[in-house]
Amino acid sequence: MRWWLPPAASTYAGDIDFMFTLILVITGIALVIVEAGVIWFSVAYRARPGRRAFYTHGSTKAEVVWSAIPAVTVVILGIMSNGLWNRIKGRDSVPAGAYPIGVHAKQFEWQLTYPGPDGQLGTADDFTVRNQLHVPVGRPVVVHLSAEDVIHSFFVPEFRLKQDAVPGMEIRAWFEATKVDSMELGCAELCGMGHYRMRARVWVWPADKYDACVKQASQQFLDCLRPSPAEGATRRTGS
Amino acid sequence: MTSVAATAPAHGVHHAPQSFWRKYIFSTDHKIIGIQFLFVSLFFLLVGGVLAMQMRWALGFPGKPMPGAGLLPETMAANGVILPEYYVQLVSMHGTFMVFFAIMPLLVGVYANFLIPLKIGAHDMAFPRINMASFWMALFAGLLMFASFFVPEGAIRSGWTNYAPLSARPDLSGVTIGQQLWCISIVVLGLSSVMGSLNYITTIINHRAPGMTWFRMPLSVWALFITAILAVLALPVLQGAAILLLFDQTIGTHFFDPPAGGQALLWQHLFWFFGHPEVYILILPAMGMVSDMIANGSRKPIFGYHSMVFAIVAIGFLGWLVWGHHMFMSGMNPTLGSSFMISTLVIAVPSAVKVFNWLGTMWRGNLRFHVPMLNAVAFVAMFTIGGLSGVFMAATPVDMFIHDTQFIVAHLHYVLFGGSLFALFGAITYWYPKMFGRMMSEPLGKVHFWLTFVFYNCTFFPMHILGMGGQMRRLYDPTQYDFLKPQQPLNVFVSISAFLLFATQLLFAFNFLWNLKKGKKAPLNPWEDNGLEWSLPSPAPHGNWDRPPTVYRGPYEFSAPEAGSRDYLPQNEKLPTDREPASAATPAAGH
Repeated sequence: MRWWLPPAASTYAGDIDFMFTLILVITGIALVIVEAGVIWFSVAYRARPGRRAFYTHGSTKAEVVWSAIPAVTVVILGIMSNGLWNRIKGRDSVPAGAYPIGVHAKQFEWQLTYPGPDGQLGTADDFTVRNQLHVPVGRPVVVHLSAEDVIHSFFVPEFRLKQDAVPGMEIRAWFEATKVDSMELGCAELCGMGHYRMRARVWVWPADKYDACVKQASQQFLDCLRPSPAEGATRRTGS
Repeated sequence: MTSVAATAPAHGVHHAPQSFWRKYIFSTDHKIIGIQFLFVSLFFLLVGGVLAMQMRWALGFPGKPMPGAGLLPETMAANGVILPEYYVQLVSMHGTFMVFFAIMPLLVGVYANFLIPLKIGAHDMAFPRINMASFWMALFAGLLMFASFFVPEGAIRSGWTNYAPLSARPDLSGVTIGQQLWCISIVVLGLSSVMGSLNYITTIINHRAPGMTWFRMPLSVWALFITAILAVLALPVLQGAAILLLFDQTIGTHFFDPPAGGQALLWQHLFWFFGHPEVYILILPAMGMVSDMIANGSRKPIFGYHSMVFAIVAIGFLGWLVWGHHMFMSGMNPTLGSSFMISTLVIAVPSAVKVFNWLGTMWRGNLRFHVPMLNAVAFVAMFTIGGLSGVFMAATPVDMFIHDTQFIVAHLHYVLFGGSLFALFGAITYWYPKMFGRMMSEPLGKVHFWLTFVFYNCTFFPMHILGMGGQMRRLYDPTQYDFLKPQQPLNVFVSISAFLLFATQLLFAFNFLWNLKKGKKAPLNPWEDNGLEWSLPSPAPHGNWDRPPTVYRGPYEFSAPEAGSRDYLPQNEKLPTDREPASAATPAAGH
């Protein structure tokens, strides 16, 4: 049983988790104040014979205070979030020299296109593999997302990355994996009756091994990676 | 001290006896129309609930035969196991029925109709026949939607949001007629909603009783007024989008089909430009009615009445500027994401003001925990959780992770069930005597409340944790994913809680139906309230008042010193110090 976020496995996952935790603390305080008020007033001011409610129409001072505190808090949260948002998803956020991989989503599979030896997408040596996303550790990767038929959504929980793949658009999203590992890539947008099984596997490889293998053509690429270190091949069950 | 108006029912108008058909079926009486909406939308609430139970079976016990699945045709379940294509129909139609045919008509169809004329002292709606047409169109739309389960290929499979191109392309969704029925039904429902809303707006502007100034209106009426404005502006956008979608389906246009030059995101912009104001259509009336019930239960004036009104207006306005927060991950320009994040965070402020003002109302009150008060206080407690969890998804980087997960499902149910539905349980109990002249059972109401409160939290709170674990929405079988398998016990817990929550609602159904005939006769003013509606006999006659009542004060003068030994002071009760309003505030109060 997991009671918290999945393990973090990208460079920005920790920052997102920090924002999550910060909001959890702030909203948690607000929640405790409100719910304690509800319970306290419900008990302390329950009807009793002979009592009369305090007749008042309000207090401007109190209302100013409890409008201003949430307003200031959300503005601060907004500014903090926006910085992180721009760093991850902003128009110029993709790090220079990020390794490109084409991700084409269709009902109900992921087609991953690798740039081949030249490291460039859209050239003759590209090759495409179904439902296997292989990436190097410690190096920014940019996925070029497209969709064949309907909207899908590229979601790797450990990377904290989600981005819709939309027909008619090419959308770029980047991440940098921080440890050699294996995890799942799921579809997060209802894309038809097979949505639940639109699943792929992600392998994060040591950079030198990845570099050596990616120079090969399609099948050799997979064969090169496959007799792999145990940490890459074992399916993590996420317990 | 007491005047005639407070002690004896005002004389209702007397009409010639009407046939059953004229009186109860083709009625132009706003109260009967409200009651018609009540029965129809409670039926659709039940339908939505039954669909949810099947979904929860699939999620909690994937691949296991569902009890009672033998009743389903083999296109829906094979050997008792729900099929994926049926599961996505369940998801889509649960949302559709709950939003369009249960919560929205319960709040607006029932209570705008029933309460507005009674609470502002009008004889009826401004346009009674349009009002009747609005009900019949809503019923027709609901039946059309319901029929889509019985056509070949069944109902829609693209979620209640109907994201294109999945919804626009039968070859990709597998649904043809069901999708077309959805579009037609929504267009008809939109017409019904616009007709109703124009009626509510006109009635509130023109038909207030003498002395019923804007700032003497109950917050329920204020909320319904702003809601009606939202509906009039929002529903036509959805209708337009649904018509374009229907054209894509039927006559070969490609508005939403990218390979042929259409745009996939166009649908989302249109849908959410409607959809976010719709969210406030689904909560503002609940907030208004909760304000009435909390003031009554606390025996105190609403704390900060004016800022409560301004908060409703502010939410109604800001609600138009936040639709893009549903689309942070859609591929929309990230700079737009930033601006939608700011507007979304800003809308938290008027919501917070309302919560604190409700608390302020309870503070130093003399709290009577009748069933409506229990439900209204639960509304405050639960809506707060739903509002606070919204901050997570408003923050764009956090939304990257929780978007389209069960965390969102938890959030929206804390607002729509913990918020709207608790408010409705309260409102139904509160105005039941006015509708039917009898009381619902208090002990049964309390048992229903507490069981619902417990099972509701057991059902929806763990969904936050499922979402934090990464479980996506609308997933037929979460155990397909290795990383979700460890969470499965929590899915089982949620499902069992949901079944118990559903079973608890049978108590409510019994309490509601049994007491229609067997309930205790309602006294004139059972909750000792100040509203104009309680100066009429229950049920009130067609036409309500023979002469419009005169209003001398706001609706929340509980425990006012001038009320003497009582702790309430009806709006139409004339004290020696009260002066008659300058003239009839609104000459059109009669008709």
